[in-house]
Amino acid sequence: MPEKIIESCSVTRLDILNEKGEADLSLMPALTDDQLRELYEIFILARTFDHRALNLQREGRIGTYAPILGQEASQIGTAYALDKTDWIFPSFRENGVLVARGYPLHMILQYWGGDERGIKVPDHLNIFTISIPVGTHVLHAVGSAMAAKYRDEKTVSMVYFGDGGTSEGDFHEGMNFAGTFRLPVVFVCQNNQWAISVPRERQTASRTLAQKAWAYGFEGIQVDGNDILAVYKAAKAAVEKARRGEGPTLIECFTYRMADHTTADDASRYRTKEQVAAWEARDPLLRFRLFLEMKGIWTEAFQKEVDEKAKQKVDEAEKTAESAVHAEPSDMLAYTYASLTPRQTKQMRDF
Amino acid sequence: MAKLNMVQAINLALREEMQRDKDVVILGEDVGRDGGVFRVTEGLLDIFGQERVIDTPLAESGIVGVSIGMAARGLKPIAEVQFMGFIYPALDQISSHAARLRSRSRGRYTCPLVVRTPYGAGIKAPEHHSESTEALFCHMPGIKVALPSTPYTAKGLLISAIRDPDPVIFLESARLYRLIKEEVPEGEYTIPLGKARMAREGKDVTVISWGAMLHRCLQATEGMSADVIDLMTLNPFDEEMIYSSVKKTGRVVIVHEAAKTCGLGAEISASIAEEAMLYLKGPVTRVTAYDAVLPLPKLEDYYMPTVERIKRGIEEALKY
Repeated sequence: MPEKIIESCSVTRLDILNEKGEADLSLMPALTDDQLRELYEIFILARTFDHRALNLQREGRIGTYAPILGQEASQIGTAYALDKTDWIFPSFRENGVLVARGYPLHMILQYWGGDERGIKVPDHLNIFTISIPVGTHVLHAVGSAMAAKYRDEKTVSMVYFGDGGTSEGDFHEGMNFAGTFRLPVVFVCQNNQWAISVPRERQTASRTLAQKAWAYGFEGIQVDGNDILAVYKAAKAAVEKARRGEGPTLIECFTYRMADHTTADDASRYRTKEQVAAWEARDPLLRFRLFLEMKGIWTEAFQKEVDEKAKQKVDEAEKTAESAVHAEPSDMLAYTYASLTPRQTKQMRDF
Repeated sequence: MAKLNMVQAINLALREEMQRDKDVVILGEDVGRDGGVFRVTEGLLDIFGQERVIDTPLAESGIVGVSIGMAARGLKPIAEVQFMGFIYPALDQISSHAARLRSRSRGRYTCPLVVRTPYGAGIKAPEHHSESTEALFCHMPGIKVALPSTPYTAKGLLISAIRDPDPVIFLESARLYRLIKEEVPEGEYTIPLGKARMAREGKDVTVISWGAMLHRCLQATEGMSADVIDLMTLNPFDEEMIYSSVKKTGRVVIVHEAAKTCGLGAEISASIAEEAMLYLKGPVTRVTAYDAVLPLPKLEDYYMPTVERIKRGIEEALKY
């Protein structure tokens, strides 16, 4: 009997905007000028917030912080493809997602300032508490999708993780469950090339991360993660597919972590200035601005207006976060269970 | 009223709760068509369908992690881990997420999840099938741990666990599954979490135990005047019943089939020292398994406390 090929897989890569801001018009997603303006505003707000948070950390006004610089297009483009009733499962480097979904900015600062009240997600937002243990929350998104399917809701669950996360067992178990049960989940992998100091090549021998989806029986696609139009287009397609009941998708956003892993990290220990400089030219904001300028949407006046709005919002957030009354020490006991255990009731007397 | 063994009693509790509340779903390996390797979920697939009795891929962390996601969205999943020896891949999910979700989200998200798993030695099983590491879970604030010793209490406790708004690890003694039959009523009754049961009443010594060991304690105290406390909920455990019994008898023997060091007996003993020290007539005695890796079946009878060892422990306590 001759050997024969019984399965073969291919991985698509999607690029729409180049570094000069020129778009392949045949691939343009359906976005109105107002939506493009809105995306740009979110972008500026996310970057302004990120910059401010870094400064606040340097001044000792918040704790360790994980910056998003360079990854904004991947985060905003995917989050923008969701409906308000859809569910988001963020990791710890997703402030672009939170900003895009209208998460109160002062609460993000509160959380990174060491106050759990910052992740008491407001009731109107379908965002899960951010997850710190890498990859573990992939399973929660899959469970959420399972609940949606069980209840016959047409909601989609979207989960965010990085290239390092794809090495974790929970990532694989989650992908496997999602494929097996054909669940409405979108897996967003921001491949920012670094898991703290360990480069992407040391996570896997696979040529792409997108191709991992094929092993679990569904489609994976790689997009230029610094191209907000490509990211949005891929995410929108994946969300619609999930909503139609056609199962999960893995989107690999090929991007770069421009800043340190966190403020406790020094990336110069493991990567060169030249490597980083090469990615500066690929800045996701620059090319989006050039694109909008060519379309006649971006003007100096527009930039000034959105900058001012963003600054004002971040100023307010900073003020609100810093003027919050100190958390009650008894809170740490009060929310352990629905009601206090007898032993906790005694421990409560310390406060 | 029907006489049921523990497998049948748990099966009845699952069936009744699933009939009562359509948010209750079961997930695990072999729980559907096969009815579970111990047949605890037998027949449930036929009644409730594969949407509610879900045979999953073989992945313990996946089963528990997915259940956490479902619970956070308002379902009441009951995850089955086939043997306690295989629960360790799910420890991260239990400790990092199930236990913390309510607290870190300040109550926006909760985790009404039950993880059922058979524990314990004495069934001549292969390696990794006889674990009794309940204390690991008792050391996780945010988690409750329940462990019944009889068919009747198993049903009532499991119903409480399913209805509890927080995550409960529900440990079922594989050795007891078919060992005892007793009358178990149909229909609703609950045994509250956090309350122990006085399985025998006396005045000379307090013997505290749970699960399979409880029955050996009852054998060991035959003909004696002893309080034998069936703890039933290991976290939070019923301090009140323990202290009031200790104040009466002044002598304590704690018996568990887990290894001694950092076993739950240590916590109970320390708590008695804090709260009832002056009532004690002598030192607290612990009769436990040895601080050894759980042996293969040829040696398991030497590993776990026997009736004889428990008797010797009680005699020690009675010397004072």
